[in-house]
Amino acid sequence: MPRRVAIISTGQTKHRAKRRDVNVRELITEAVTRALEEADIRMKDIDAVVIGNMEPFEGFLFPELWAVEGWGGYLKPSVKFNTGGTVGTTTAIAAYYYVASGIYDVVLAIGFEKQSEGHTQTAITTVGDPIWERAIMAGAVGNFAVMASTYIHDSGVTEEQAAKVAVKARRNACNNEYAHLQMPDITVEDVLKSRMLAYPVKLLDMCPQSDGACAVVFAEESRAKQLAPRPAWIKAVATAHEQQYMGDSPKRLAAMRSQVAASRRAYAYAGITNPRKELDVAEIYEVASFAELAMYENLGFCERGEGGKLIDAGVTEMTGELPVNPSGGVLSTNPIGATALIRVAEAALQVMGKAGKRQIDGVRTALATGYGGNAWTDVMILSRDL
Amino acid sequence: MTKKDDETQRVQYLLDIEYHYAAGELATRFFTELKEAGRIMGMRCSGCHRVYLPPRPVCGICYKELKDWVPLSDEGIIVGCTVVHLPFIDPMTGEQRPVPYGFAIIRLDGASTSIYHFVDETDEKKLRVGQRVKAVFREPRTGSLHHDIKYFRLVGK
Repeated sequence: MPRRVAIISTGQTKHRAKRRDVNVRELITEAVTRALEEADIRMKDIDAVVIGNMEPFEGFLFPELWAVEGWGGYLKPSVKFNTGGTVGTTTAIAAYYYVASGIYDVVLAIGFEKQSEGHTQTAITTVGDPIWERAIMAGAVGNFAVMASTYIHDSGVTEEQAAKVAVKARRNACNNEYAHLQMPDITVEDVLKSRMLAYPVKLLDMCPQSDGACAVVFAEESRAKQLAPRPAWIKAVATAHEQQYMGDSPKRLAAMRSQVAASRRAYAYAGITNPRKELDVAEIYEVASFAELAMYENLGFCERGEGGKLIDAGVTEMTGELPVNPSGGVLSTNPIGATALIRVAEAALQVMGKAGKRQIDGVRTALATGYGGNAWTDVMILSRDL
Repeated sequence: MTKKDDETQRVQYLLDIEYHYAAGELATRFFTELKEAGRIMGMRCSGCHRVYLPPRPVCGICYKELKDWVPLSDEGIIVGCTVVHLPFIDPMTGEQRPVPYGFAIIRLDGASTSIYHFVDETDEKKLRVGQRVKAVFREPRTGSLHHDIKYFRLVGK
């Protein structure tokens, strides 16, 4: 029987395209310091640390080793993860496992990335098998474009509907002091007229590349009650992977098998039968505007083919029935190694009632997802109720 | 709290690293067949009967060892496609790839899975899901998927 675990505090850096004012260790320290201050604890109160990032992006190995002081790794039990886009949720889920198992009481999870110091699209291309896929790949953009074309074909979603997602994200980001792209005046027209990257994906349909870090503190029941007035309890975690090659899944985005499997497993564990009604907010790893619409369907927020209608009806807006990404999401902020952990942190902030100007009223249950690699999925469900 | 960009010093460095990746037994057999006979081969799972391309040792769905090679057509359908306009570095050469170019996920007749390849079409209105395509070979063949098959061209309908 796992122990009950809650998130008691979070810390983020100000995310930007280029954080040239700091190096990697200073960036990590900024997020960790905020998380510790938020819980009013010190590094000595942390029993273990899990840290993750997407290593080739900075262009050097073990960036976390240069930053040990900042993340409290000295003589402390710690482990590093690299699972691509999902690394942030992997660290969060690992921290949960550590605490739930009874081995450690208070665990710090950290994700970070300083993309401005490497070459992200080239690094992403090396994810492709050099014999079968790499020569043809066009980074994340081309890959998303081919997947979007399949989704458009299946569901009939339009470029306008996708553009609405891009607008929602950048407007929501204006309420988030940590967000990278804040565009209060962005319109659907702006998105449609932005530079074509790979048809049908335009510049404003894609996530940015950001520098940033995120830290989240997990604690067992008694410590959580002692340290946080309103902890965010972890109700379920799930993870699922796709097969190896890009072409193995017939509908990698339009009907992402790993996302369907992981979300259903988590819903079952948390006793959720109607996610649209029972979730109060979702922070999903959407990467591209088209992907968010497909993910509405994959996550069961609507029926197959209804993703476009959901955004048209305003269901996922701040004022809608199920707000998706009040933080501005990945379309606004994407320091890859931190991105999925930011989803968890933002979901926790909503449950704890600490989301400031982006707070949704009365959140009891929140969903966070991670996406990465060849369509891998992580899911975490958080609740105000123990 | 946050200082302005460029406030701290930066150091530039370059990396130029050469890699040699082992293709493995199955890919070597696949490419030998492609080079010598101009044939594209898949592997059939005896459990679920899926035909895999690229070949692999085990079916990821039913965990059966794959042993049966089956010939596939050089024609198939587009299951996803795009025209890439974003200039970026070709990871195989380090050079910038000329844009625009057509890029698709293609399921060859007889296969259950798909491969990524170039398509000889840069007009996005003419490129769509479900369209039939045929491989255009480049001679002499060298035993490489993206060399020996130059690209796929749209056919019929």
